[in-house]
Amino acid sequence: MVLGTYKEAISARATDKAIQKVSQDGGIVTALLSYALDEKIIEGAVVAGPGDKAFKPEPLVALTSDEIISAAGTKYTFSPNVWALKNAVRQYGLEKVGTVAIPCQLQGIRKTQSYPFATRFLADKISLIVGIFCMENFPYASLETFISEKMKSSLDLTEKMDIGMGKFITTTQDDELSIPLKETHGYEQAGCNICKDYTAELSDVSTGSVGSPNGWSTVLTRTDTGASLFSQAVEAGIIETKSMDDVKPGLGLLEKLSNSKKSSADKEITKRVDMGLPVPF
Amino acid sequence: MFERIKRLFRFGAKPNNPKNDESSKQEVEIVAEKPKIGYIHLSGCTGDVMSLSENYDILSELLTNMVDIVYGQTLADVWWDDENPMPEMDLALVEGSVCLQDEHSLKELYEVRKRAKLVCAFGSCAKNGCFTRFSRGGQQAQPKHESFVPLSDLVQVDLAIPGCPVSPEIVAKTVVALINGDMDYLAPMLDLAGCSTNCGCDLQASVVNKALCIGCGTCAMACPTRALSMNEGRPECNKNRCVKCGSCYTHCPRSWFPEDRIKQDLGL
Repeated sequence: MVLGTYKEAISARATDKAIQKVSQDGGIVTALLSYALDEKIIEGAVVAGPGDKAFKPEPLVALTSDEIISAAGTKYTFSPNVWALKNAVRQYGLEKVGTVAIPCQLQGIRKTQSYPFATRFLADKISLIVGIFCMENFPYASLETFISEKMKSSLDLTEKMDIGMGKFITTTQDDELSIPLKETHGYEQAGCNICKDYTAELSDVSTGSVGSPNGWSTVLTRTDTGASLFSQAVEAGIIETKSMDDVKPGLGLLEKLSNSKKSSADKEITKRVDMGLPVPF
Repeated sequence: MFERIKRLFRFGAKPNNPKNDESSKQEVEIVAEKPKIGYIHLSGCTGDVMSLSENYDILSELLTNMVDIVYGQTLADVWWDDENPMPEMDLALVEGSVCLQDEHSLKELYEVRKRAKLVCAFGSCAKNGCFTRFSRGGQQAQPKHESFVPLSDLVQVDLAIPGCPVSPEIVAKTVVALINGDMDYLAPMLDLAGCSTNCGCDLQASVVNKALCIGCGTCAMACPTRALSMNEGRPECNKNRCVKCGSCYTHCPRSWFPEDRIKQDLGL
């Protein structure tokens, strides 16, 4: 299954204007986590909050919707949220923790839930994971390099970063700059090259821009937890939806990108195995 | 090895999914002949047996109906000496590393290997030495006790359950899997029995140096002593805090990855 197991694919966006203003696309992650918090489905959420440097996130244990909203928007570099789950449980004493995770982070969390060898009473407290689609992730120095050298701009001037239509785009106060996405190839971290998961297949519910129009996100509901949270949020009017069949470019593009991530990972895996290197997949 | 375990517990591989921590409440089928289990305590801090006995809800059922604990100081008040030979065991859980200068420990370990069909390194000290790796002797009450090694340095170890301590949940999940003949669940523990070296420093060599690290932070979450932090998306080990338990490497999604089990547990 190219998109993993899912119950339903829907195009959606947050109805809250405050979320729409700061979110990357449809604001689904922000809307779902803050809704889950308001409804006491979770007691807190680990999110990629703002850090000391521009676009360099720090994991944040958010206990209010405002804190969750402060973390809205995609950051194209590491935020080791899984690490902070421990703080959420042990230091904040949360019994039900939500988080947002990219596919590799999900792999770490889910492995720990299935085999909780050393994580005494921790894994069972992670009760909601909103996954985000992810093609690759960049070291911070990579972002600095191609934004300054290739785009002749700087992270401090950048207000938003985005990937879409085959381009890497940054928005500054008075300009929109872009380079072909191809130009960023070779700057991603090497560990991403063997990852076959584009659509966060192990999440409760996953989301990303691909497949939906600007300002909207594609949502895949996967587990019962994810599906029921999503439908509650829709019923409550927190999220509005459109059928995937009615939107452009539609699910086909998502499938195409997911397939391409899988096949290039397969190639890299074969190459590494031939070199005698270990590969866990 | 699978066949040996299956025969021991007299089950066909009956697929079953212990769901998250609910596994402890799962109904278990009663065995025709109860497996005989022993608990051997070598040089460990007792943390692992405490984790085991924290599973009160399944332990009473387990101890009365499912298994016979035939050997062990803490769990059964049975200690082998020259007059009372060590009983035969189907499974021996061994906690702690073994001290090369402690004659009694050596004798007990070799005897356990003879008497037990399966030897499980229970906890990180038994599996890879863990904290006891730092010992240099010269302490009271036994100044000569200096060299502590993982079981697999001396005897064949069949399966390993690492952790410092092992978590109560993994004990519950393992017991339920064993009793249900869910051999797939145990597969990683059989593989881990062969590894006795992992610690915080090995993350760099085995994951980062091998182009596998993705900066997810799972290692730092699993570290029981907060020796690991994440810096520029990579684990950084504070060697002054690391106890060499190997939880980081064990939990890393890039060391080994049980994809099928995860999907089964999630119903995906």
